[in-house]
Amino acid sequence: MTGLPILSLMMLAPLLGAVACLKAGREQARTIALAATLVDFVLGLMLWANFDVGGAQWQFTERYAVFSGFSWALGIDGIALLLIVLTVFLMPICIGASWNAIEKRAGEYYAAFLVMETLMIGVFTAQDLFLFYIMFEAGLIPMYLIIGIWGGADRIYASYKFFLYTLLGSVLMLIAMFWMVNQAGTTDIPTLMAYNFPVKAQTWLFLAFFASFAVKMPMWPVHTWLPDAHVQAPTAGSVILAGVLLKMGGYGFIRFSLPMFPEASAQFAPLVWGLSMAAVVITSLIALVQHDIKKLIAYSSVAHMAIVTIGLFAFNQQGLEGSMIVMLSHGLVAGALFLAVGVIYDRLHTREIDRYGGLAINMPYFALFFLLFTMASIGLPGTSGFVGEFLSLLGVYKASSWVALVCTTGIILGAAYMLYLYRRVVFGVQKNADAAAMPDLDKREWAMMVPLAAVVLWMGVYPESFLAPMRKDIAALDARLAQAAPKGDAQLKVGAAKPVSAEHDAAHGEAH
Amino acid sequence: MSSILIIVFLPLLAAIVAGLGNKKLGFVPSKVITTGALFISCALSWPIFLSFLNGSAEATVVPVLQWVRSGDLDFAWALRVDTLTAVMLVVITSVSALVHLYSWGYMSEEPDQPRFFAYLSLFTFAMLMLVTADNLVQMFFGWEGVGLASYLLIGFWFRKPSANAAAMKAFVVNRVGDLGFMMGIFGTFLVFGTVSIPEILHAAPGMAGSTIGFLGHRFDTMTVLCILLFIGAMGKSAQLGLHTWLPDAMEGPTPVSALIHAATMVTAGVFMVCRLSPMFEASPTALAFVTFVGAATCFFAATVGTTQTDIKRVIAYSTCSQLGYMFFAAGVGAYGAAMFHLFTHAFFKALLFLGAGSVIHAMHHEQDMRYYGGLRKHIPLTYWAMMAGTLAITGVGIVDVAGFAGFYSKDAILEAAYAKGTELSHFAFFMGIFAALLTSFYSWRLVFLTFYGKPRWEQSKHIQHAVHDAHGHGHDDHAHDHAHAADHAHDDHHGHDAHGDGTAGYHPHESPLNMLAPLGILSVGAIAAGFVFHHAFVSEGTGEFWKGALVFNEHLLHAMHSVPDWVKWAPFAVMATGFLIAFYAYIRNPKFPAAFVEQFGFLYRFLLNKWYFDELYHFIFIKPAMWLGRVFWKVGDVGIIDRFGPNGAAWVVAKGSRAAVKLQSGYLYSYALVMLVGLVGAISWVIAR
Repeated sequence: MTGLPILSLMMLAPLLGAVACLKAGREQARTIALAATLVDFVLGLMLWANFDVGGAQWQFTERYAVFSGFSWALGIDGIALLLIVLTVFLMPICIGASWNAIEKRAGEYYAAFLVMETLMIGVFTAQDLFLFYIMFEAGLIPMYLIIGIWGGADRIYASYKFFLYTLLGSVLMLIAMFWMVNQAGTTDIPTLMAYNFPVKAQTWLFLAFFASFAVKMPMWPVHTWLPDAHVQAPTAGSVILAGVLLKMGGYGFIRFSLPMFPEASAQFAPLVWGLSMAAVVITSLIALVQHDIKKLIAYSSVAHMAIVTIGLFAFNQQGLEGSMIVMLSHGLVAGALFLAVGVIYDRLHTREIDRYGGLAINMPYFALFFLLFTMASIGLPGTSGFVGEFLSLLGVYKASSWVALVCTTGIILGAAYMLYLYRRVVFGVQKNADAAAMPDLDKREWAMMVPLAAVVLWMGVYPESFLAPMRKDIAALDARLAQAAPKGDAQLKVGAAKPVSAEHDAAHGEAH
Repeated sequence: MSSILIIVFLPLLAAIVAGLGNKKLGFVPSKVITTGALFISCALSWPIFLSFLNGSAEATVVPVLQWVRSGDLDFAWALRVDTLTAVMLVVITSVSALVHLYSWGYMSEEPDQPRFFAYLSLFTFAMLMLVTADNLVQMFFGWEGVGLASYLLIGFWFRKPSANAAAMKAFVVNRVGDLGFMMGIFGTFLVFGTVSIPEILHAAPGMAGSTIGFLGHRFDTMTVLCILLFIGAMGKSAQLGLHTWLPDAMEGPTPVSALIHAATMVTAGVFMVCRLSPMFEASPTALAFVTFVGAATCFFAATVGTTQTDIKRVIAYSTCSQLGYMFFAAGVGAYGAAMFHLFTHAFFKALLFLGAGSVIHAMHHEQDMRYYGGLRKHIPLTYWAMMAGTLAITGVGIVDVAGFAGFYSKDAILEAAYAKGTELSHFAFFMGIFAALLTSFYSWRLVFLTFYGKPRWEQSKHIQHAVHDAHGHGHDDHAHDHAHAADHAHDDHHGHDAHGDGTAGYHPHESPLNMLAPLGILSVGAIAAGFVFHHAFVSEGTGEFWKGALVFNEHLLHAMHSVPDWVKWAPFAVMATGFLIAFYAYIRNPKFPAAFVEQFGFLYRFLLNKWYFDELYHFIFIKPAMWLGRVFWKVGDVGIIDRFGPNGAAWVVAKGSRAAVKLQSGYLYSYALVMLVGLVGAISWVIAR
């Protein structure tokens, strides 16, 4: 196993598939795409199986010098492993979601998807700063094309907004990277993660990276590209956008901002908290009044990503691990919700909530899956949504009870907008004849829903499978952050017991 | 004691099989599987309870699976069985098994039966996980699981807009409480470094008197934690402020109301306070808060219960009020009495709801008591069951002799409140006494309106519908009830009575055996549960029964026995008074209620409209939330962020490029000028620096 450059193979397989797709017709292209993504999925499982939990921090490393100061350096830790597994798990499902929906220029469509898979894996495996940058930025190009070519009516505006938002942050990040390489004399990410940049410089570096990651996340108030992008993107585009691309911002924070600029991170934590609190409350309220299903879920994504950022900036193990689980869970759940929307969109070709209703009558199994994912989205214990949310909020409570309180209101607002959606789409009478005539899930849709549902429950009931691989890496990060971590506001002081409770204790004691 | 594994997980298995099998499985198999599972669980639960009753059992914890490990936070799935759990086990599995059986009859015309039974079993599983929790997070799992089941069952008739609204309201209002619960768990972990309940309870007394920073101020640690956790209890147990979902939850099928919204789920808050009693004991302030909220709820709900006309809503407010009793019992430190009332209440309230269901079944889904009357002779068995329930809830009994179930438990609570001897506990005592008067009044009002007097059925649209349909195509789907109501609205005014006896020619039928059997068994509970078990729960030496599962205050117990005689007799007196008022107003002088309403119209409307809580909440929460959502969207996102962000940037680029086009004029001198200006600018910047 050790000799096999498995990470390079995982990037190569989709790339070869993409080349083959370009020349193939629709039917061939989708078969090739499915095969390529399944190969990657199997490779991903092998990666997970061979990952030595508790072993070396960086595993499966590969390094080939390309030219001075730049090398094809790959390697993963537990954090990257989980995000890679998420990516390769979602990709075959995305191909499945496109199976019948994509009719024009199908070869190019699947090629774009496969190239994106290569680049996303590249983002999570890159160990060279510039390699990361290239993957990180190039990953947007296929998405830009997918929205712009295969999207809905307003696709040009959406793709262009998507591009404009990400541009500014990227430029600043690139400048910061040049400065860092110049200062530290290396492009090697693991080395940079341990490098102590001057605290003053950290401030500027942090802000430059923040500009890029905050947009990708997206954090309030630079989130407005997301609802448009989701609404216009084809179903599979939404799934991968919510499932993986949004995680690149969080990954950026956990890989770069926190370990490389710990002091600046602590300094800017109140800013991140403030923006996250605003995001939870504001975007949840906005989600409450949406008429478009996809827009509603897109806004809910912004609220969930805010739980990721508060967990990251809680500066403790629970918060960090919680953020990772929220990212994984949101990738599955939001992906599944967009998939569910895709199922009914394929039948009725509208995203208007009011055009549906009473689907529990003619689509009972759809209603069941949609219920499960709705409940996972609002963090019902036993589903993946709860574990992450609980750990993140618990983590941030240690740092600030105010932040925890404001962000925990998300569980009320989240329940309100998701159940309001569910009520209007699935419950009620069948007021629209065409919606009432829609058939329940077919075999292809079952095949996409079941794995997602199974993993959502698995992560909710036994999250240890997902917590174990990253435990050591998170602990290392936590240790690095410890010096800078802000003190919590609890400041527990154990005083002398009051006389009243002493009497109670006595009574208690006697009773035994 | 691994039978606990079967008790807890068999209902889950049954729910999955019946739920996924659904119509493919067929009605009877799905009902047999779920009901059978519950009867097995019930049969296994009683021996556990009895072994705790005779003192032979010890508390045990059966580990199931690791759940979450993150840093120093570590908790697992595990099933804890101690006395407190054992009490809850028999309550839950017994009532659930009987409700499953009852539903065979009650839901027999329902086309979606497998789904209904799957939900019931799922609920039972979640409730069992809640009461067997060994850590706070598993308790929260059960807490939310029962919330989900409650949501699904309230909205079971999902075609009905009112049922959907009620289901959503129940979930969201409960989530407000859950906010407190979650914050409480976070705080508890921060303070104690664990979420394991035994470890927390062990360390809790040591934390008395410590202080903690919370929301920028410093507070007593245990007060903060207990009040946060108690807010969770207030949501689930429908206490004043977070009670608004419970009456609306009556939209669910009546067996659901009996199981979830009377006997089990709503008592979860009381269970939680008792389970965590050593924590609450460490904070007198939190206990005072619990006492006050309990007493206020007990009074509030009882006042509203006197004016409601929907038979299920009367019982719902009664439940709310009885939960108030349990809470102020806990608040004054009488946790045993609180659990005892929980125990007896489960039997007699489930009985009252199932009895009401039997009445509704007989009256063709009519729930308005104004259209009942004279049913005693038509459905005598139901009548006797309801009488048993009413005698139990009103607390009929002779001091120092014997009485029905509620007599023992309610009197124990009132005596404890008096014996506690603080100002607040006396406030709770008087609130409780007044509420007992109202309880007696509204319970007898219910009986008299339903079973006595002359039939008033001909005004009921449901009955008219039944008679018009002339037994042809029988019952229709429940979901169409509203549609029918609308259809028949036009012939409201000629709701003639051809028979002249108020019956409109309708013949109520007694319920089938599978509905009557649960009524019979619960009647036995309502009559005897107090007499049989009060020694174990609230008498001397009870500490041996509880074995430290909750804080048992022997001082308070002694004080309870030495309360003045008038305190002991006061509940009897108000019970009799309530009965007499109801008798006068609804039997002797049936014109009295109308005259009273005439005289005190404001008070009547205030109570009828439930103190205007729903209107208030709509005005201060729901409307502003929707308004804010629209403002943040249209003004914030579109009007400001997009306008000055991406769209603004695009505008600048477009304008800028047009300007740039103009600059490229092709004239050499204009380029030279620009160069010169730039150069001057650059040099002056360097020099000025």
